[in-house]
Parts: sequence; structure tokens; C-alpha cells
Amino acid sequence: MRALVWIIEDTWQATIDDADALLPSEAEITLLHVASTEPETVARAARRGLLGRHPPPPPAPQELQTISDQAARELLTEARARLGRSATLQARRGRVEREVVAAAEHADVLVLARDGDRERLGPRSLGPATRFVIDHAPCQVLLIWPDIAPELRTIPPPPPPGGPAPHPPPRKSPRPDGRNPQGP
Amino acid sequence: MTDGPSLAVALVVLAVTLAVAVASPPYVSEAVAAGAGAVLLVVVGAIGLSGAGDALRALGPTVGFLAAMLVIAEGCRRDGLFDAMGVVMARGSAGSPRRLLAFVFVTAAAITAVLSLDATIVLLTPVVFATAARMRSSAKPQVYACAHLANSASLLLPVSNLTNLLAFHASHLSFLRFAALMVLPTAAAVGVEWLVFTRFFAEDLTRPRHTSTRPARPELPRFTVGVLGFTLAGFALSSVVGIAPVWFAVAGAVAITLPALTRKTVTPIALARAAEPGFLIFVLGLGVIVQAASANGLDTAVRAVLPTGGSLPDLLAIAGLSAVFANLVNNLPATLMLIPVAATGAGPVLATLIGVNLGPNLTYVGSLATLLWRRVLRAEDTDVDPREFLRLGALTVPAGLVAATVLLWLALQV
Repeated sequence: MRALVWIIEDTWQATIDDADALLPSEAEITLLHVASTEPETVARAARRGLLGRHPPPPPAPQELQTISDQAARELLTEARARLGRSATLQARRGRVEREVVAAAEHADVLVLARDGDRERLGPRSLGPATRFVIDHAPCQVLLIWPDIAPELRTIPPPPPPGGPAPHPPPRKSPRPDGRNPQGP
Repeated sequence: MTDGPSLAVALVVLAVTLAVAVASPPYVSEAVAAGAGAVLLVVVGAIGLSGAGDALRALGPTVGFLAAMLVIAEGCRRDGLFDAMGVVMARGSAGSPRRLLAFVFVTAAAITAVLSLDATIVLLTPVVFATAARMRSSAKPQVYACAHLANSASLLLPVSNLTNLLAFHASHLSFLRFAALMVLPTAAAVGVEWLVFTRFFAEDLTRPRHTSTRPARPELPRFTVGVLGFTLAGFALSSVVGIAPVWFAVAGAVAITLPALTRKTVTPIALARAAEPGFLIFVLGLGVIVQAASANGLDTAVRAVLPTGGSLPDLLAIAGLSAVFANLVNNLPATLMLIPVAATGAGPVLATLIGVNLGPNLTYVGSLATLLWRRVLRAEDTDVDPREFLRLGALTVPAGLVAATVLLWLALQV
């Protein structure tokens, strides 16, 4: 079984602990971190927005990518030490959600953590990147709560009978009473 | 006076110069483009030799001021001021991304106000990026904050933005009066950014964090901070003692550089490069080109659309139009075009500055035109979703413009 464990900065410890607890001992584990290149692009583009300026490079150029790569390497190494099993490390850069899906191409299972609201159960517990990955994952997905999952009572109560539906009905659908509004 | 052919030539030269500056092709620099364009306009008679000379003389002190401020900013970097700021931010934020954002706001606003927006974008942003990476926190809100505050906080002082320097003379204000009139608008613009950022990036900012070790105490370069303090005090007192602020900037540049020169930690060549001669030539050339366009009828066209009164509706219209202008071209040429027309009083000049300084926040590359150019040229930027920062710009720019202009109007009433 090839397992890909996607870790992010905020929740990597919990993800690693759950992966260790849930994955069988014979699983081939790859730890994945994806650095978003968006901040680097914004920083570089803002610099280009200063029309006509070509500041001399500082003597010890600490390019943003160097900083980002080093941070990713450190995080992955720490994560492997916490896992305490042999694992391959993979660092990618780019649009996070797409890189994760691409990395999962040959995996049997992808382990990842919810990255949104952790106070209540519901759709907001998934951020945009995680939602994209779950929607597009080309393999099985093991989705963990980074902390103890919130209680069931955090789900809002269902609407009272006869009240408004939780979601508006799609347009052009037959009315709930089954009669066609344009009909006789 | 409108001269159709001359105006057309001047506008074409301006467009080519801006295109070169945006595309920055390897074979021709924007300094060469602007310089050659200015010479061409003199040769074809679109602007007389005396007209070009007047434009250069008018810009000379401003460009000198700019060079001195660039040397001061480079001195601050050399002496480790920005790295020390990184440590201050990391310590103060104690692992909380939201607190880090607060520190980035304060630091970026201060650096922008004192050392200009260039220093924030070129020198502070990498430090902020590294600080966020070390904290294992998303760098996205922090880097966007640097890009935005470099514009929003650049209203405060005449030295905060080259646009302010260009308009400072025309405003007939003392350094201190300029700052006094702009302090509330700056606070409003930065306040709007904070309100929008903390909501826009709520997801990146609210994640609970496992704090790591606290970094060591920062070592602020005291001499550098002292020189900055004295330079600022000189600016503030310039009108009292009757010495132009530019001389305090020159004195600050000398004071911050001499120790490094004697210790041989900086070479004269590196020093000359820090003053960015290419950029200074670009500004001078652009000044002549815009002057040629203005003298041949562009100013009449600008006068036809830009109100020049000091009432609140007029100021709001000036700020809004200036923001649109800054996005159509770039805020540098926009300032050169608008300020001579707006120079009927302090109110219109400062409202123009609010527009040209806040307007570029609609994108991260300074203007919508620049962004479209870069997209057409396919010059990377593909990993950023344009809708996201356009939405961020749409949330901050109009609100910031209105809030800042209303407060400017109020400040002008007292």
C-alpha cells in the first residue's frame, strides 16, 4: 500500500500522529509538503510594479525560494522524525491543491487534515485547497480532524417543518407539490 | 495650446517608454528608452530645448532628494535594520499569525513613511517572508500586506513616495504641514486595509498555532536609527530653519555612508549603484516626455476632466480620477500629468496624491495597465488567481479613497 501523507505547517503533528496510528505497518509512506509560490509571485510582481527600478541585489542574496525550500526541508525532516518510520520525503512548489492531486497520482491512499474551522462540524471545516484535493483526488482519501472532532451538537438544527428549505430549490425544477406552474 | 502631430508623437514616445519599463526587455533599459525618447522629442521639435531644460531644472532637486533617500535606505539595509525588524516581528507575534500581521502593518507603514514604498517592497518584504516561513505560518497575508501598505502608508510624508516628492514643491506646503494634513488620511487608508485584511485572510490568520521557541533579542543598529531620527527631525524643522529638506536628506545619506566607506564595508561603486542612476535618468526622461505631451495639449485635456476646487465633492472627484489615471498608465506618469493641473492649492494636490498612491493597490503590480501588459506578454504570474487580488483591491481601494479624502477635507478645514 502506497500512502501519501500531505502535511501543512499548522496541523502536521496531528496528521503525522494519525497517519502512524491508522496506516498499516507495511505501508510505503511518502510525506508531502507543497510550498505555495503565490507569496513569492506577489513579492516579485510588486517589485516589478516599481517602474524603472533595478535595485542592486544585496551581497548575500537570500532569495525567497531559498528561504521557502529550506523551511519545507526542515518541516519534512521533523515530520519524519515524529513519524518514527521510514518514509520518503517529497517537497513540491506551485499551486498547492493541484500539486497535491498530481502527487497523489500513483498513491493508494492520501492522508490529509481538515484545514478550516475546527470549532464545528460542517463544510467550513475544509479550506479551498483541501476541498479541491478531496474533490479531485485520484485515490482513496483518509481525512482526519487535527484535534478531537467537534461534538454533534455543533451542527445547526434542521429547519422547522414547513419552514424555508436549507437550500433554495434549483431553478426550473418541478415545484414541491408536483404541479407544473405553467401547466393547466 | 494644442498641436496635434507633436502631441501624438509625445504620446507614442510615452507609451513606448512605459512599455519598455513594464516589459523590461534585455536589450534596452527604460533609462535608455526614456532618455532617447526625450532627446527625440527635442529633435523633432515637440518640445523646445528651453522647455526641456525647464522640466529638468524643475525635477533636479526632486531627483537629488530621491537619490539621497535611496542611499539612506541602502545604508539601513547594510547596517541590519531590516533584519532586526524581522526579529522584532517574530518576537512580538509570539507564534500568532494575526499578531504577526499587526506587526507587519506597523513595520511596513513606518518603513514606507520614513524610507519610502520602495524600501518596503525591495528590502522589507523578503524579511517579512522569511519571518513567516520561520514561524511556519502562511506568508500570503503578510506579503500582500507589504504590497498594499507600501501604497497606503505612502501618503504620510513627502519622502514616502516619489509621487509625493514630485508634488511636494507644487503643494507649497512645509514638510511638517504636509505631514499634518496627511496623517489622518494615512491612518484612514491603513485602517481600511486592516479591516479588510483581517476578514479577507481570516482563514490564514485564525489557525491555532503550536508556538515554537522565542527568538533572541533583536540588536537594533543604534547609529542607523539615530541618523534616521536626526534626518526626520531635520525634515520637520526645515521650514523653521529655512533650509530645504533635500539638504537634510543629503546630510543623512552622508552620515549613514561615511562610517561604512571608512571601514571599507562599502565601495564607491556599490554606493553609486545604490543611488540607482538608471532610475534617476528614467525619472528625468519621463519628466521631459510628459512635459512635451502636456505642453502640446495633454494639459488642456486633463484640465477638461479634472476639477480643481477645494470642496469635498471636488476633492473626491480628484482622488477618484487620479486613481483611475494611475491604473490607466502608472502612478509616476499620472502624477507628472496631473500635478501641474491640480496645483491650484494644497487640497487638490493632496487629493491627487491620495488617488495616485492608493489607486495602484487595485493590483499588485502598480496598475491595471501593467497587469494587463504582463498577462499579454505571458510574463509568468500564472500561479496567482487574478480574481483574488482584484477582489482585495476592490474592497480596499474605493473605501480607502473615500475615507482618506474625507479626512483630508476635514484636516484642511482647521
